[in-house]
Amino acid sequence: MNINYTAEELAFRDEVRAFLDEKLPTDIAEKVKGFRKLSKEDHLRWQKILTAQGWYATHWPEQYGGVEWSAVQKHIWDEESCRYGVPRTIPFGVNMVAPVIIKFGNEAQKQQYLPRILSGEDWWCQGYSEPGAGSDLASVKTRAVRDGDHYIVNGQKTWTTLGQHANMIFCLVRTNTEVKAQEGISFLLIDMNTPGITVRPIITLDGEHEVNEVFFEDVKVPVENLVGEEDKGWTYAKYLLTYERTGIAGIGISKAALSHLKALASRRLKNGRPLIEDPGFSQRIAQVEIDLMAAAISNLRIIAAVEGGGVPGAESSMLKVRGTEIRQAINDLARRALGPYAIPFVEEEFQLDYDGEYLSDEFAAPLSASYFNNRKLSIFGGSNEIQKNIVSKMILGL
Amino acid sequence: MDFKLNEEQQMLQDTVARLVRGEYSFEKRLEFSESEAGFSVDFWKQLAELGLTAVPFSEELGGFGGTGVEVQMVMTELGRGLCLEPYLQSVVLGGGLISQAGNDAQKERWLPGVASGELQVAVGLQEPQSFYNLNQVDTRAEKTSDGYVLNGRKAVVIGGNTAGLLVVSARTAGDACDDKGISLFAIDPNAVGVERRVYPTMDGTKGCDITLNNVQVSADALLGAEGQAADVIEYQAGRAIAALCAEAVGVMETATELTLEYLKTRKQFGVPIGRFQVLQHRMVDMMSELEQARSMVILAANVADEPQSDDRRRTLAAAKNVIGRAGQFISEKAIQSHGGIGMTWEYNFAHYAKRLVMINHQLGDDDFHLEQYATLLQAS
Repeated sequence: MNINYTAEELAFRDEVRAFLDEKLPTDIAEKVKGFRKLSKEDHLRWQKILTAQGWYATHWPEQYGGVEWSAVQKHIWDEESCRYGVPRTIPFGVNMVAPVIIKFGNEAQKQQYLPRILSGEDWWCQGYSEPGAGSDLASVKTRAVRDGDHYIVNGQKTWTTLGQHANMIFCLVRTNTEVKAQEGISFLLIDMNTPGITVRPIITLDGEHEVNEVFFEDVKVPVENLVGEEDKGWTYAKYLLTYERTGIAGIGISKAALSHLKALASRRLKNGRPLIEDPGFSQRIAQVEIDLMAAAISNLRIIAAVEGGGVPGAESSMLKVRGTEIRQAINDLARRALGPYAIPFVEEEFQLDYDGEYLSDEFAAPLSASYFNNRKLSIFGGSNEIQKNIVSKMILGL
Repeated sequence: MDFKLNEEQQMLQDTVARLVRGEYSFEKRLEFSESEAGFSVDFWKQLAELGLTAVPFSEELGGFGGTGVEVQMVMTELGRGLCLEPYLQSVVLGGGLISQAGNDAQKERWLPGVASGELQVAVGLQEPQSFYNLNQVDTRAEKTSDGYVLNGRKAVVIGGNTAGLLVVSARTAGDACDDKGISLFAIDPNAVGVERRVYPTMDGTKGCDITLNNVQVSADALLGAEGQAADVIEYQAGRAIAALCAEAVGVMETATELTLEYLKTRKQFGVPIGRFQVLQHRMVDMMSELEQARSMVILAANVADEPQSDDRRRTLAAAKNVIGRAGQFISEKAIQSHGGIGMTWEYNFAHYAKRLVMINHQLGDDDFHLEQYATLLQAS
């Protein structure tokens, strides 16, 4: 047993640090560390830098332009990039649809889509959830009916993250209503500029436009946009979800958020002393730091177990629950650290280019909103209750 | 990075596991518990014969030079069987304190016996007023012409009833909570003035409170430099915490296995109760706590032998905090999942539940260690 990094792993970490020191734009890192909004251009600018380095597609084989990192290397990248304030990779193209295309798509699809994902030419979004299909994803109703060389798609998708930026969407559509729910689903790639598609924003409780509804009205999709076989989409959907769950525990993000919390608690005062020295508050911070320490080792244990290929199974469901609870606990403390200044909701102060006077502290402005925004963590990627169902069935055999 | 055990560690684990499985049935455990010693003298001998009591000691003193990881293997398996033997007190804490503080003559005098299992040591560090603070020592040791005379009371000394040697802390200088002025003494439990009030413990073994009434000891009973024992005690208590956490994980493993089995077999409303989602999710929560505990045990075992530092202190405090909370969580939720049967003396599970809660009262509970951790919190 050796729980420390090997010399090679340490050398890799140095390489990562040197790259980030040199190439990560300061303005982008500042936004990330301050919980501020990133524009589409911010994301694309950083993606180009990563692609030039060859480090954008960490789940792809080299032949398609990916980088084949070991599980430990991916973990090191995650830790370091969170520490440095690297924007989170928008996963829908590179980490979700691409692995499905690589595994189940045909050669033409690989040729067409993979290079455009790498270059940033295509921005993908995810057409999974529907108003009537949340946790019960297999009950999707959006219909695709074959008509010559096309499918005619009608229906509605929802919770489409950053769909307002996207030009492509991958969708679970129903192609067969005669069979069991899971057996009549197909996986379609759809151009968002096709006539009949409408994107409508959903404003979340923090005032943010992050998610959307996408409506399909007689949308004509060429049959060559079907991935794999008709009616076999559920298999591909589940394969994609295993990728969605890797890294979903967000250990690196939690570490960065905890460090932000401690800096905040060192600046805020209670009884004239830094809040971090208050016995009650310091114990709250201590508790979440301890829980994170344990979760980080649990994460490493899973990583070490899958080292040598593959993606973790139901173990990552357990970690998703724990990891998201920890992130939410950190957000909760950050909000508490503001005291009464958690109340003002001054959206212009969230912008990095804000040059007015801050009501309280430039640290403070986005924290309540961020707390509310991150209630999503225990809902998306399979709600924490669904994760527990998975563990119960797959690990415990109940 | 590699979490796998090496071949020798795997063999060690298998050896202890086999012995425990073979010798420690639930019925036998109840007998051992009710015996005068409060554990099985016979099983203790078998542990010794297999060399397990020698694991952490250096080779020249009859040991194997094992690290925190080897101790972890032994303790987890003892935990799985809910073993009552004073391995933690005698081998890890007693033998460990002598190793750390003793001079060559003292080590040669006692450690081969500890390593061979012939000498059982018990350790008195707590006092009626000390709560979990090992620096709060009211017991006094006054210097005499040829040694010391000790007066005071040591609290909840597990295994003190059968020990052949007691290691106790006593104050040779300073006030009650000073970290300076604490000394360690090795005393004969049969010396004049040593009084033991023996009692059974909640988790099935035996302990005692020890009153020291003008107990006279010679100068060579002093372990280490006079007044300088606080660091040694803290360091070795840290190793004991790592070991105790490892035991706790073994106890949790069996407790959760029994509970899972029960959910699959107990039927109500015509189905196994494990079909009910509320019980499934509670079971997942228990497993998740166990995973957190396992992770901290690995971390604790790996820092146990590191030189003292705030990092080591933080990790061990964090480990004991996680284990304390996880233990009580699993204990309470598993009793609830069992329903009435989980409340009975006749069913083995209940004894695991009790042990888990009592572990939280050994070497500092989760509140105590959270407070310790918070005082060591690093600003960023």
